[in-house]
Amino acid sequence: MTDATRASDAIRFENLTLGYDRHPAVHHLDGALASGSLTAVVGPNGAGKSTLLKGIVGALPPLSGHIRLSLGRPRGAKARIAYLPQAADIDRSFPITVYDLVCVGLWNRAGLFGGIGRKDRVQIEEALAAVGLTGFEKRTIGTLSGGQMQRALFARLLLQDADIILLDEPFTAIDARTTADLLALVRRWHDEGRTVVAVLHDMEMVRQAFPRTLLLAREPVAWGETDEVLTAENLLRARHLVEAFDTHAPICARDAA
Amino acid sequence: MLYDLLIDPFVEFDFMRRALVGAAALALSGGPVGVFLMLRRMSLTGDAMAHAILPGAAVGFLLYGLSLPAMTIGGLAAGFAVALAAGLVARTTALKEDAALAAFYLISLALGVTLVSLRGSNVDLLHVLFGTVLALDDATLLLVAGIATVTLGALALLYRPLVLECVDPGFLRSVSRAGAAAHLAFLALVVINLVGGFHALGTLLAVGMMMLPAASARFWSGDITVMIGVSTLVGMLSGAAGLILSYHTGLPAGPSIILVAGGAYIASLLVGPVDGLLWRLVPGRHLEA
Repeated sequence: MTDATRASDAIRFENLTLGYDRHPAVHHLDGALASGSLTAVVGPNGAGKSTLLKGIVGALPPLSGHIRLSLGRPRGAKARIAYLPQAADIDRSFPITVYDLVCVGLWNRAGLFGGIGRKDRVQIEEALAAVGLTGFEKRTIGTLSGGQMQRALFARLLLQDADIILLDEPFTAIDARTTADLLALVRRWHDEGRTVVAVLHDMEMVRQAFPRTLLLAREPVAWGETDEVLTAENLLRARHLVEAFDTHAPICARDAA
Repeated sequence: MLYDLLIDPFVEFDFMRRALVGAAALALSGGPVGVFLMLRRMSLTGDAMAHAILPGAAVGFLLYGLSLPAMTIGGLAAGFAVALAAGLVARTTALKEDAALAAFYLISLALGVTLVSLRGSNVDLLHVLFGTVLALDDATLLLVAGIATVTLGALALLYRPLVLECVDPGFLRSVSRAGAAAHLAFLALVVINLVGGFHALGTLLAVGMMMLPAASARFWSGDITVMIGVSTLVGMLSGAAGLILSYHTGLPAGPSIILVAGGAYIASLLVGPVDGLLWRLVPGRHLEA
């Protein structure tokens, strides 16, 4: 699942540097996520994990290097990406029902003006049932608890039917039962051959559920099979690598060298 | 008796019928636009843009007198310019959009009043500031009705991206690039509605026909579709009631309409079933689950 099968990479990073105001948050990342892989991105706060996901969805243009998507696909067939941001900036006071919030997951099919037919309605019911929100259709989103909201967002992800699914700290402040239910969905996506990347902090969960791990501390510290990556030595190294934001950092010379 | 009170003024006088039609058209498009302004937390933006229209209309007035096309085009130009400039300042400088808008509208208001005073009398100034709902001619009525038609059509097309941009802008960005375009189109709708309202109610009160019905509607339903309906209804009833009030009491018509809408807002605030103040004072016993 590495260099030998390059054509089946879902996402490839080529000397990628992402950052803000010329200060790198992800520095010189090289490597690839195999198509259908289930990868956890771990690292201390400020290690650039969320930045990496923002880069993949295209919300943040790279400072240098490239992110290549949809490799091995026919020209024009773009990989579909679904992205669940950290603490999604959702206006919870907006008068919209759970059903309406979830059904926009069908955007790829319905777009700006398309209708939602009977088949779609069945799918929406199924997605709501899969996250355990049957019966919540007519509730407005303001009445949901944090865990129920996260369930609704996962239902929307289900409907998005994406090839690549990016989750930014999906289980932060979520109780054990909800986490277990949602983690089952992540496994289901993995079994369906989708590429899933999740930013996580719970190392126990990473060890149990995620075959591959990228340990990030601005620079990639280790990347590979989870057991080989999450060693005490690597984690310690990661903690030391994330330094303070240096306002007077010189220009990075690595590209020139 | 009731006939004399409510119907007779409109049967008797042509200008009252015209005013009623004008107010109804304003309410028809102002209702939904106001609801979106409120839900997008842009209530004050609407107010600021209403003020911003003034200097544009004033320049039209300076050049051509009280001419409908000149003042309409001037108002549109000024409204768009301020909306874009405020957005630009907010995006490129440290100033937030609300502060940028406040700065622009204060300048606009002062500039507009100065420009009108340069040539016109105080009566002209009052016309521009508070409108002439009792003197709507055919051209103005057509303009207002045309604006309502365009607005409703455009809102139907923009509905999905507009709603989604309020609820979850991050998601919309991840699936579509329509968000920014929808926002700009919506700003354009706000400007044309304010220009329409300006002829009837004046620059200072035009925004009242959007915000007061919308704010009232918030207390009657938690569902956006119902809210839009209630908002439109409140606007139309306020228009009719305001005209009747002004007819019988001799109060100026524009302010009467807005005062009635204000009354509807305060009544909704007190007794509205969704979070009305009265229901806070006498909360029902809590349920079992």
